[in-house]
Amino acid sequence: MSENLLTVKNLSVEYRTDLETVKAVNNISFTLNRGETLGLVGETGAGKTTTALALMRLLPEYTGRIPNGEIIFDEKNLVTASDAEMRMIRGGRIAMIFQDPMTSLNPVMSVGDQISEALEFHNELKRNKEEIGKRVDEVLNMVGIPPGRKYDYPHQFSGGMKQRVVIAMALACEPDLLIADEPTTALDVTIQAQVINMIRELRDRLGTAMIMITHDLGIVAQTCDNVAVMYAGELIEVGTAADIYKSGDHHPYTAGLFGSIPNLKTRSRRLTPIPGLMPDMSNLPPGCSFSPRCPNRNELCETTRSSIYRNGTHAVNCRLFDGRGRWIKEEKAQ
Amino acid sequence: MSQPAVPLIQTKGLKKYFKVRGGLLHAVDDVNITIPERKTLGVVGESGCGKTTLGRAIIRLLEPTSGEVLFKGENVLKYNRGKMRDARKKMQIIFQDPYSSINPRMSVSEIIAEFMIVNKTCENRKAALQRTVKLMDTVGLARRYANVYPHELDGGRRQRIGIARALSLSPEFIVCDEPVSALDVSIQAQILNLLMDLQDELGLTYMFITHDLSVVKHISDEIVVMYLGHVVEQASSNELFENPFHPYTKALLSAIPEPDIEMRNMPITVIKGEVTSPINPGSGCRFAARCDYVMDICKRETPVFSEHKPDHYVSCWKLHSNMKG
Amino acid sequence: MSGRINSAATETEVLIFKKENRLKEIWRRLKKDKLALAGLFLVCFFIIMAIFAELIVPYAAAVTINPHNRLARPTNEFIFGTDGFGRDLFARCLHGARVSLSIGFITAIATAIAGSIIGAIVGYVGGKLDDIVMRALDIFSAIPSILFAMAVVAAMGPGIFNICVAITVTSIPGFVRIVRSAVLGIAEQEYIEACRAGGTSTARILFRHVLPNAVGTLIVNTTANVSQMILTAAILSFLGLGINPPQPEWGSLVSEGREFLRTAPHLTLFPGLMICLASFAISVFGDGLRDALDPRLRT
Repeated sequence: MSENLLTVKNLSVEYRTDLETVKAVNNISFTLNRGETLGLVGETGAGKTTTALALMRLLPEYTGRIPNGEIIFDEKNLVTASDAEMRMIRGGRIAMIFQDPMTSLNPVMSVGDQISEALEFHNELKRNKEEIGKRVDEVLNMVGIPPGRKYDYPHQFSGGMKQRVVIAMALACEPDLLIADEPTTALDVTIQAQVINMIRELRDRLGTAMIMITHDLGIVAQTCDNVAVMYAGELIEVGTAADIYKSGDHHPYTAGLFGSIPNLKTRSRRLTPIPGLMPDMSNLPPGCSFSPRCPNRNELCETTRSSIYRNGTHAVNCRLFDGRGRWIKEEKAQ
Repeated sequence: MSQPAVPLIQTKGLKKYFKVRGGLLHAVDDVNITIPERKTLGVVGESGCGKTTLGRAIIRLLEPTSGEVLFKGENVLKYNRGKMRDARKKMQIIFQDPYSSINPRMSVSEIIAEFMIVNKTCENRKAALQRTVKLMDTVGLARRYANVYPHELDGGRRQRIGIARALSLSPEFIVCDEPVSALDVSIQAQILNLLMDLQDELGLTYMFITHDLSVVKHISDEIVVMYLGHVVEQASSNELFENPFHPYTKALLSAIPEPDIEMRNMPITVIKGEVTSPINPGSGCRFAARCDYVMDICKRETPVFSEHKPDHYVSCWKLHSNMKG
Repeated sequence: MSGRINSAATETEVLIFKKENRLKEIWRRLKKDKLALAGLFLVCFFIIMAIFAELIVPYAAAVTINPHNRLARPTNEFIFGTDGFGRDLFARCLHGARVSLSIGFITAIATAIAGSIIGAIVGYVGGKLDDIVMRALDIFSAIPSILFAMAVVAAMGPGIFNICVAITVTSIPGFVRIVRSAVLGIAEQEYIEACRAGGTSTARILFRHVLPNAVGTLIVNTTANVSQMILTAAILSFLGLGINPPQPEWGSLVSEGREFLRTAPHLTLFPGLMICLASFAISVFGDGLRDALDPRLRT
């Protein structure tokens, strides 16, 4: 069993309608090792959720497609996997938690039945009915819900409890990879802290690799080993948590994101927001997609895309890093 | 800056109960707050703590059950229809959801001009439109959007429309009800800066309602923390973040995930359980069920809201007894 | 910065507010919808034919009995053929259009106006008023509508006006219910709250903010009502409570043709076709109009 669990190579995703083609994800590449957590950060419309759906092969059937790229999950390319194979992987080996716990549970099924349904479908251990029942109790216990409540229906749980149920369901089959798409955005801060704590603890105990999708740089700092920053469908900066939070070298967008959050420790009177808006994804600028908002842009930025510059584990997609000390230009992988 | 004798906004024993199945929902229960002119009062709390109801009750969008709301020393709850109409011009609100807070069937200029037309604050339509252009400049909306419909704009621009509309009647007091919660961080910062600039420029007084603690610290002079309809702690922004006294405030502050990896291995003080029901809450401290320091008295009597340190008020029996003993 | 808000906007800057006329704007959007345009054209065609019916074929042709020409197939002289009494079916359809279309449009519009006002008020004001009005309407709708309409006509006597009253009164409860539910959804939107914070009067909130947002529902239901109303009028005539024979009306033409369905199907075919075409035209035009009125669908 190799260390590497997931390798995404030059993955692109398009949404095609009669009117336009929206390039939601453009040539992104990243890797994830077993037991590690990758934070996927970006604003609304950056392509975070699309990336997650592509990994799960859950893109909308008629409009979404993957024109190029590979998703190597445990030595298997998911882009070319058959639907039957995907059904076994989804929920069994890769599980996903969605933002809204209210809509991701079936309101007319008791939570216990919903968890056991997943267990029955992915029954590699050939558990019988009794053992499945036991496992349901076990996972509910794990997320801090008394197993006696498995006969209750989703509406009888509060928001935070529902998200716990969703997490229990995702972890029931002991997946290798858990994709959490904004798992705490709909929750209050104190409940968010409970859920984040629990996710961290379970991940460490079970050794599950995780992709944490969020717009909250705080949550990423608290949970992730590696961080990938997404902007307009591209990864513009990738590195370890230390690279992103401690080093001074950043893509101008990442720097802008940090400048936009009010600091709790010092009281500054003004924030330094990024001017402007994210470009229209059906009509991306020819050069760097951040160039219209970038304070450091030059003419070249507006016409041609930048190469990736790498310094050890830290990679940045910006030509500002050209000829900067230890930053090495990477050949374009295309 | 000298403190004016009469604060711009003051509430005394303000209560708002809702009749629901199973009893009375105590959304706002005996709230006393004071907002001096040109200052920002931050109101923080989790969903269901009554912060939104408080904001609506102060500007009388919801009729309070009892209590007083003093605007420049006058009780607006005693105002008749005509006087209230005039008072409304001075007290405005900015909403959370930039999508549902503006009428999708009206163009940007119509939305901004609407209040001026309704209240006849401009002598004619042309004057109202001229002022609309000025307001668009003020909030940073390009003039070319004047005849555009809201659905063509993003959340940040829509929120600017809402701000321009609130400013159109030249208010003195604005309730900002989570104005940035629905926006992305980079846009959020743009709007926060705008709100702060407007305060300096126009001498506005804000009541800033939010669940986001880093935002509230950034924008507020004074902060009140609410829990299930009660104000549990009040202090200046810096004081509250440096010396939180109430166990709930402490938990709230420690729950914020900080964008700093040094903090990642620090234990988070997680408070147990979830918010209890605000329907017929009975007496006693409302936080008692989740509090680690709960004492017998907490379950029997509502704690006194007392000054624990100069200008730092807390409502907690434990601190109260510490102070005495 | 402080200078910004005081800088006077010049004349030219105000020119950008010279809005395109609302109607022009709606027409420009409607023009893009070819199906709706076809609907509009057909509706106008029917209306013009109905208005100028007398000039095209005199009314006498529609009521003169001619036993020699019974049940003639369509010919050059009688392009729709003749009926059991030898009357010109084309003339009857044409003059029938006058009655049927007036009943359809008048009742549908009257229902829409009354229903929207009642529905908007009870939905927005709510509380006791809502309870009382809605329960009253519930009791009212428990009476079969056709029975009620029959009672009205029986009491007031037949005639176009009385039929219109009967049909309108029976269809108001349904319309109120639809408008009320649309208004309930709109009333809880924050922009309505914003209006109240800005001191907007209840009447202005209802007619400028609430109803324009319910206009889609109103139009779709009104256009669906037009054809429904034509059919209800036909039922009443069939029961002998509607238009007095020999005055033609589409519904009664269809029922008259029923006797000869096997031998002379054209007697039912042509008036039936008229009803179908008119309903179809009105509803596609209604759909197009709804879309043209919604700025969110503007491309």
